[in-house]
Amino acid sequence: MSAAHNAAVPFETALLERHRPWRTARLSLPLRTDEDVVYLRKHVREHAVAIALSLVDQTKLVTAASELARNTIKYGGGGEACLDDLVDGFKKGICLIFVDAGPGIPDLELALRDGYTTGGGLGLGLSGSKRLCDEFEIDTRPGEGTAVCIVKWKR
Amino acid sequence: MERIPILRMGDLLLVTIQVDMHDRLAMTLQDDLTQRIVSDSAKGVLIDISALDLVDSFIGRMISNTAAMARVLDAQTVVVGMQPAVAITLVELGLTLHGVKTALNVEKGMALLGKNHF
Repeated sequence: MSAAHNAAVPFETALLERHRPWRTARLSLPLRTDEDVVYLRKHVREHAVAIALSLVDQTKLVTAASELARNTIKYGGGGEACLDDLVDGFKKGICLIFVDAGPGIPDLELALRDGYTTGGGLGLGLSGSKRLCDEFEIDTRPGEGTAVCIVKWKR
Repeated sequence: MERIPILRMGDLLLVTIQVDMHDRLAMTLQDDLTQRIVSDSAKGVLIDISALDLVDSFIGRMISNTAAMARVLDAQTVVVGMQPAVAITLVELGLTLHGVKTALNVEKGMALLGKNHF
């Protein structure tokens, strides 16, 4: 897997500032290796516990993070994840944005279909993550990169 | 290199996953288990995931594949101890671990493998 072509010119996406009005803190983490995914999962879990997400919601968020982080590495050639703490009035939430400067997703509708994969996986990463979160948005441009933004609010 | 230990009890292999596995570690475990089924002539494999607070599609696929490989090598696999939050997430994600036998705990898993006479 080549990680050489990315990060030189990061993918510019509006998704990075999409939740700015509600953001109270941001942590950026690199996504290059398998170990980075484990490290990200650990941080997401800590932040989810800090805003007292239920155990089921914690598990859903960490699992979605794991799927999307793997996509960033496997299909995007590596990139980074931003872990944002959100506050909207009395409501707290966590926002995760995965950004890579990879080849982009040519057919988004197809990529979001259960069971569709180009990488020999199960084809559940994108579609499954969408089901596990409250908000889900993708910004992708062929040849430029992909960004995926997910949000989970405390109920 | 990091590895998850595989214990042998009679003709059973017992694995307790206690670390947050990265993908390579999961693949190593799958390979090791398959090797050990043959080298130890194991008839059953018991995988305890009670300490795992996450099973994503990669780990789920590793479990399904291990069970399928064990089956063609004449061994049964039982996955025990899945946490309720993990089960909820797994199904919502779209994974049902088709073809994998499960039990609530190690004791019930042993019984399922016909090893209730210890």
